[in-house]
Amino acid sequence: MRLFTLDFEKPIVDLEETIAELRKQADEQKIDLSAQIKAIEEKLEKTRKEVFTNLTPWQRVQLARHPKRPYMLDFLQRIATDFTELHGDRRFGDDHAIIGGLATIDGQRVMVIGQQKGRDTKENLMRNFGSPHPEGYRKALRLMQLAEKFDLPVICFIDTPGAYPGVGAEERHIAEAIAVNLREMMVLKTPMIAIVIGEGGSGGALGIGVCDRVLIMENAYYSVISPEGCAAILWKDRAAASQAAAALKISAKDLLELDIVDEVIPEPLGGAQKDYDATAATLKKAILKHLDKLMDVKMSELLENRYKKFRKMGVVAKAEPKKRGKKAALPVAQTT
Amino acid sequence: MDVFDKPKITETKTKKRDIPKGLWVKCKDCGEMIFSKELAANLKVCPKCDLHFSMTAAERVAALADEGTWTEYDADLVSVDVLKFTGVAAYSERLKSHQRQTGVLDAIQTGLCKITGHDVSLAVMDFGFLGGSMGSVVGEKVTRSIEKATELKIPSIVVSASGGARMYEGILSLMQLAKTSGALALHAKAGLPYFSVLTHPTTAGVMASYASLGDVIIAEPKALIGFAGPRVIKETTQQELPDGFQTSEFLRERGLIDVIVHRKQLKETIGKMLDYFSGRGKRKFKAA
Repeated sequence: MRLFTLDFEKPIVDLEETIAELRKQADEQKIDLSAQIKAIEEKLEKTRKEVFTNLTPWQRVQLARHPKRPYMLDFLQRIATDFTELHGDRRFGDDHAIIGGLATIDGQRVMVIGQQKGRDTKENLMRNFGSPHPEGYRKALRLMQLAEKFDLPVICFIDTPGAYPGVGAEERHIAEAIAVNLREMMVLKTPMIAIVIGEGGSGGALGIGVCDRVLIMENAYYSVISPEGCAAILWKDRAAASQAAAALKISAKDLLELDIVDEVIPEPLGGAQKDYDATAATLKKAILKHLDKLMDVKMSELLENRYKKFRKMGVVAKAEPKKRGKKAALPVAQTT
Repeated sequence: MDVFDKPKITETKTKKRDIPKGLWVKCKDCGEMIFSKELAANLKVCPKCDLHFSMTAAERVAALADEGTWTEYDADLVSVDVLKFTGVAAYSERLKSHQRQTGVLDAIQTGLCKITGHDVSLAVMDFGFLGGSMGSVVGEKVTRSIEKATELKIPSIVVSASGGARMYEGILSLMQLAKTSGALALHAKAGLPYFSVLTHPTTAGVMASYASLGDVIIAEPKALIGFAGPRVIKETTQQELPDGFQTSEFLRERGLIDVIVHRKQLKETIGKMLDYFSGRGKRKFKAA
């Protein structure tokens, strides 16, 4: 159990263990410790609320990466009555870090696509820890276009630390694979919903994230760069990741305020890993609610709204006139 | 016993101030000292080894646009510190100091001009400003530049030079990838040509959006072009990187870009492409 305990969860686990210990004593020695147990249980409840209602952005990142966190397939098992996986990009290979296929959710047939992490080392090696190669993005686009052709809505589950930084990925042009997805998703003629269920790692996440609705789970994050990467560059110290996580405004609530996501899907106290069924039920409800609305929108309007949705992202201002046309200092040649 | 005393090595301090800043430039590749006026006259290409130095946006525009045709748009757009980003350095401070140093407001210039007589909407990135990073201003200006091209039914050209998305604007920077690529979707639907010119360096977020989407992708020689930085790849994979990895030449060899063009031929090449793509052919075939 301790193996999967995060630092900030320790006071909770300590109390849980104390209670277990007392119960054992009471049982073995046949003494009544119910009063003591009750007192500690109350304290436990209080501590739990305190810890989990005041999570820092960095603590949420840790929850988003929790090894027990439900992944796409865990959700599909609970929200879909069928999942028929379709493989490959028809060009080079089948990426196991992005999976996709046909699924039925509450009678509605859809195309589901998403990043999938492994539960153990062996599966993680196969799934490359949820870091897709170009083939993953090309498969995703192939399936999206298939969905478009046969009028299936698309549901994307985002959960990746980022697109894979490797020689092969570069040689097969991962940047282009992502870029093409961004361009084509913008004009894809079918309703699309993306949900950030865990890690929303930069371009690797956005590569399947240009949708009519973008939802996020309460403890998931979505960021332009990993907190560690940002810390390494701006703080010159990866250990500054918690400061970077706060500065980057990557948690669900901040993203809602910034108008990047449309809705935050609540998780059970302590995180999604505490209760897969309850989390999946909430997620399913949210998906169906948004899908229901999107299915009623005329296609031309849907596409126009999608364009506008992303078109308005970003904040710019007009400079004070005095700043304008200010002459550059002596142009200094820079070495490349 | 030493017969000779060891020669005393005294470091002669070169007075850097004796050389006026910017008068002479040392080529990073071949070490040649180049008179900066000569370098500028040579389009910032090393006369000895052909290394292509970084150009400011203004220099690039001057090198590409037909004389007297450039009209700049949205020159007054400035970045906003939306996240109130405070790290080791505050974003607002970094912005101010870069604006002071460079005399420009952000890492891009956009406008309309003619190139060899063709009307185009041109966007030019400036690596000298915060590493050419793309925040809201860069994303907005690129998007407007493409939208203007769509509206005026003219080609769009973006000359990239960027380390990627601007961290200081967090997720808003990331969303510029979607915004700019989306604008290109509509431009493409209108049947208009879009050229992407990759210069040293073009990486990460910019590469994962408009820079990779050109109908024609032209790169300058020996530019660093890629998605992930070479250091990150090395650290992640613990692999030795192949020779010339992520250079223009490497990308051409693997079929990822159309052509590598020396800066001195860039304008002419773009002009020729524009001829081909502007429907000015001798005879048109009948559209169905």
